[in-house]
Amino acid sequence: MKILVAVKRVVDHNVRIRVRPDGTGVETTGVRMSMNPFCKHAVEAAVQLAEKGQADEIVVVSIGPKTSNDVILTALAMGAHRGILVETDQPLETLAIAKLLAKVVAEEQPDLVLLGKQAVDDDSNHVGQMLAALTDRPQATFASEIKLSGTELEVTREVDYGRETIALPLPAIITADLRLNTPRNAALPMVMKARSKPLAVRPVAEFGVDLSPRLTVEKISPPAERLAGKTVGSVSDLAGVIVTVVNEMEAI
Amino acid sequence: MSVLVLAELDNHKLSPATARIVAAAAKLGPVDVLVSTSAAAEAASAIAGVTKILVSDIADLADGFANALFDLSARYDYLVAGASTLGKDVMPRLAAKLDIQPVTDIVAVDGPTRFTRPIYAGNALETVTDNQPKHVLTFRASAFQPAGQGGPAPVENIENTVVSAVKLIAQHRSESDIPDLSTAQIVVGGGVSVGSAEGFALIEKLGKTLGAAVGATRAAVDAGYAPNDWQVGQTGKIIAPDLYIAVGISGALQHLAGIQGAKKIIAINSDPEAPIVKIADVVLIGDLFEILPRLTAELEKLQLGR
Repeated sequence: MKILVAVKRVVDHNVRIRVRPDGTGVETTGVRMSMNPFCKHAVEAAVQLAEKGQADEIVVVSIGPKTSNDVILTALAMGAHRGILVETDQPLETLAIAKLLAKVVAEEQPDLVLLGKQAVDDDSNHVGQMLAALTDRPQATFASEIKLSGTELEVTREVDYGRETIALPLPAIITADLRLNTPRNAALPMVMKARSKPLAVRPVAEFGVDLSPRLTVEKISPPAERLAGKTVGSVSDLAGVIVTVVNEMEAI
Repeated sequence: MSVLVLAELDNHKLSPATARIVAAAAKLGPVDVLVSTSAAAEAASAIAGVTKILVSDIADLADGFANALFDLSARYDYLVAGASTLGKDVMPRLAAKLDIQPVTDIVAVDGPTRFTRPIYAGNALETVTDNQPKHVLTFRASAFQPAGQGGPAPVENIENTVVSAVKLIAQHRSESDIPDLSTAQIVVGGGVSVGSAEGFALIEKLGKTLGAAVGATRAAVDAGYAPNDWQVGQTGKIIAPDLYIAVGISGALQHLAGIQGAKKIIAINSDPEAPIVKIADVVLIGDLFEILPRLTAELEKLQLGR
């Protein structure tokens, strides 16, 4: 079985975000970047399927500027076999990303595509579902457990009411949630070895996809700031505060 | 400019979030609602601002809903759902089928084509204009006040011809009489320092006294102290109660993303330097195992049975 994993380079999730004062976006200059955490879980899931002998090739793809090579190398060090960078300096909307991935799926014909459920920069949570529609494949989003027997997948999903398990046939699309696994940190020899694995850099124009944005971003603004309040000295003071708040709620 | 809202069920009943999604959608035009059972149709037809109810017995799976909405899409300018796990699952799939870029997790409607949504775990807000021929949107229910009572709106049955490639095998539902986390007025949340599932019983007890829903941080869920549907944060549930009581929660960025909409935050924490202490309205510093039983007893004495 062949697996395609899509990965995204984003502002590291531990970095405190600063909105640029002119409202054009978020400060990314000189900020630590890394692989989107959810994508890491997707890579780990693919590598684990390969270790079980259920996958023989893992192709990792990223779409973005040349610097996205970093996250492809991270995935190769974790155990993916080869990489594809669809190179573009233009920021793309999720529909354009899904269309480009659909082209890669048409070329590579993977049995399974694994993605993170969302990227922690735009928080969209779109691409897996959109790719599933464009390639007319069934989807299992927010996966916390994957079992494969033959060409049938059984996926447990984290949903609002708890968990649900669904069955779907290959070829399929799965998006990873955080409880799917614990991603490995590649040891230095693996990182060195990753550098010699094949990595194809393909200009975005090669794919013939209309990338023009559908939305106009008017502004990026900081959220309303919450400030520290008061500290109370005792349990009975706190109970008093709670009673006051509850009474105010009931008066509305 | 007509709107179709995909309503969802919460344990066979119409989800309480529906009235909030309808209220948000009503800012865009007359609202029709699609539901999958006649019992839910009855409940939905009593929401103010609903023009018509469409009933179709669609299986609760992404490709089924996306195809059903696709078949109805010619009639509508806006296709709308809540930013729930179902809405997140269905609407981007529908949007791609329609060749539309969706706008999701909307927290403010600034006009018929102008929407604001949080990015970077709520550390920034993005305002976009969507001038596409059709709009595929999801609204964050907790950011909107529910529509009142109205109706009854007429009900139209639609034949479901959709075939799904996906089969539902099992549902693991946490059965409890605790209020719905996404729409509760009061929420008590516990962090990993609660230390155990037994420790969470103290959180639940305080919650019960206040008639509150119970939430948990991702770390507490990962540690097995609380079920996954209690998770509050960037990738869990986003809540906006009138009162949030954070017990033993340090306030990681991704957790704060889930509680930014709370009107009042009370923090009970042993660490005066914890990030949550910097943003809470009222703070009590101390050991939660000492504080919780005393606080619960004190509130019970004041007969806060709501």
